[in-house]
Amino acid sequence: MTIIGDRQQLAYIASQAADARVNVELETEGMTLNIGPQHPATHGTLRIIARLDGEQVLWAEPSCGYMHRGYEKLTEVRTFPQVTALVNRIDWLGSFANEVPFILAAEQLMEIEAPPRAQWIRTILFELSRIANVSLFLGDLGVQLGAITPVFFAFRDREYVLNLIEGATGGRFHPNFDRIGGLKDDLPAGWVDETRAVMKKMRKFCDEIENLLFGNEIFESRTRGIGVIPRDVALQYGMSGANLRASGVDWDLRRDQSLPMAWDKVDWKVWTHLDGDSYARCWVRLQETRESTFIVERLLDTLPSGPVMTKVPRIIKVPAGEAWVSTENPLGEMGYYVVSKGDLGPFRVKIRSASFNNISIVPWLLKGVYVPDIITILASLYFILGDIDR
Amino acid sequence: MYALLSSIPYWGQTILRLIGGSVAVLLPAGTIVYLFLFKMMSFMQSRLGPMEAGPYGSMQLFAEVGKWLQKEDLMPERADKFVFKIAPLVVLSSTFLLVVVVPFGPDAWITNFEAGVFYALAVSSVSVLGILMAGWSSANKYSLLGGLRAAGQLIAYELPMILAVVGVVIQAGSMNLQNIVVAQNAGSIFGWDGLGNPYLLTQFIGFIIFMIAVQAELTQTPFDMPIAESELVSGYMTEYSGFRFLIFFIGEFATAGVFAFIASVLFLGGWGVPFSWFGWTEINDVDNWMNVGGPLIMLTKMLGLVFIIMWVRFSYPRFREDQLQRFAWKILIPVSLVNIVATSVLKVAF
Repeated sequence: MTIIGDRQQLAYIASQAADARVNVELETEGMTLNIGPQHPATHGTLRIIARLDGEQVLWAEPSCGYMHRGYEKLTEVRTFPQVTALVNRIDWLGSFANEVPFILAAEQLMEIEAPPRAQWIRTILFELSRIANVSLFLGDLGVQLGAITPVFFAFRDREYVLNLIEGATGGRFHPNFDRIGGLKDDLPAGWVDETRAVMKKMRKFCDEIENLLFGNEIFESRTRGIGVIPRDVALQYGMSGANLRASGVDWDLRRDQSLPMAWDKVDWKVWTHLDGDSYARCWVRLQETRESTFIVERLLDTLPSGPVMTKVPRIIKVPAGEAWVSTENPLGEMGYYVVSKGDLGPFRVKIRSASFNNISIVPWLLKGVYVPDIITILASLYFILGDIDR
Repeated sequence: MYALLSSIPYWGQTILRLIGGSVAVLLPAGTIVYLFLFKMMSFMQSRLGPMEAGPYGSMQLFAEVGKWLQKEDLMPERADKFVFKIAPLVVLSSTFLLVVVVPFGPDAWITNFEAGVFYALAVSSVSVLGILMAGWSSANKYSLLGGLRAAGQLIAYELPMILAVVGVVIQAGSMNLQNIVVAQNAGSIFGWDGLGNPYLLTQFIGFIIFMIAVQAELTQTPFDMPIAESELVSGYMTEYSGFRFLIFFIGEFATAGVFAFIASVLFLGGWGVPFSWFGWTEINDVDNWMNVGGPLIMLTKMLGLVFIIMWVRFSYPRFREDQLQRFAWKILIPVSLVNIVATSVLKVAF
């Protein structure tokens, strides 16, 4: 132990104090900003805790769970056909797409398959819910960046798609239409022709949004190079859907796995973008919406006739076993791991929803960006709160 | 007419001017809100807008004002009460101070001020103070961010606006707004004086820069980060409600109207219209009826310019703060400096 003389010690303290004084003068005070749970940009109750230095984000962390409804637990006290009413509400903008993977998992356990017409109609309704979902994203994108007009176009044209879903299923938002072994009903008369007309309208809407937003210099300068997710980072964080395809990963579950659905029966294209920035994510979604309208039209062209329901017992008991089915939902990969013990209801269901994994990249992505870019990045990642919190 | 005005006693003139100033602020504000915010925006967004209050919703504005006046006067607990209260008034007062120098006719002005342009550009900055006060006193982080953004933005765009106006001042040879109007209407294009010489033609670059700067001064959409409802909730206005919000609201649209008045004076020939100035070469020749027609002409021109402002507002996304600063300092200011140099060279040459 060295002995420091009084004089030395005083000098040391003085130098430290001088250092501290200089540092205090140069230091600026940071600020913790709570974005949410009530904030116009988080469309729901996502809360982002951001530590700011001026307008720059030092670190940010999403805090979710404000809307946790416990669907995984609730499924354990429901029968298999009742579960669709729950999972409808996970991604509430594309409800029908939530039902499909669960029903497919149940069918897989029971070793039955829906008749071809039911498969086709399922796929058509699946794509319609994708269009309804993503068209709202395209409108909302404008609002997040300050252009208020596109969202009204989106609401106007989404209404046509919702009318179609309502016409076929009876429910605009929560169709609850999928049954184990097929569908509740066949399509109503005249529905096919109307769908063709609406698909043309939706393509016009896509053109409109493309002209209004994607060709705009301000939009480009706000989104290009903002929130870049490189290919390997996207894969590491388990991103899926358009967010992954925008990072240059050619991965689409509709094409890459064989399910008893009708996607492999028609021609269509998987859109990818190499940039991985916000612009790429928005662009991929726009192209996918347009592609979905083509998928729907081609499926309508080849729609087979026949029943929409196979023979299933009146009281459905799913044999014991485990099944994992995931599909390419509007927000990304959505899957259900269903464990059955041979009862009326599932023993355990694990829901893998796309948005929860997609926003897990937010802390990595928001480091060092400016406050306005938080909004751009969150908007372009596109999550639905129900899909995060379940 | 001038003789008529001077025969009125001073207190009468003052009352007339007060009424005139209030009308010149509130009438355009109401017209703009109804015509553009309620109706034009709705039509652009494929909806009808207000339809219930009065024919085609024309009484909607009164309904809104009534609603705001009834609301509770909320104030954050930790707000700086005095500053919080006077901030909206400071913003609105800048509008009233601005309208004072605008000429609406040969004698229909409130004050004929020699350094009118200088004065107008100076008092237009007073609103920055109000916004900064509102942002700071609200004791809200969003408000503070909004207020600071507003201050940075308005200072950055003050300069291109002044530089754009300098071109007009050089060409007119006067800073008096009335003289600028006369210089435009009594001017001629290569000897043909039917159209006068509105500076829109010669100072086109200046006009564009001026309108962009006005858009930024008004914090309308491509430049609306101080309010940025999707980022900062409502910026410096977040904590305001009731009649204080109403004052901000009136201030926003009234200032749009007044800036459009000033732009039409500087670039569109003010209260004159093409072919109206045949045979008149100076202000004393002008007929008295222009004192009635002038304000109407000004109102029309104002609505045309505000239409452009609102059109941009409803269809564009917004810039980011640093992009906006870069746009002001790297593009607008150099271009306006070049414009000034070109104007002065041509002024000397011709």
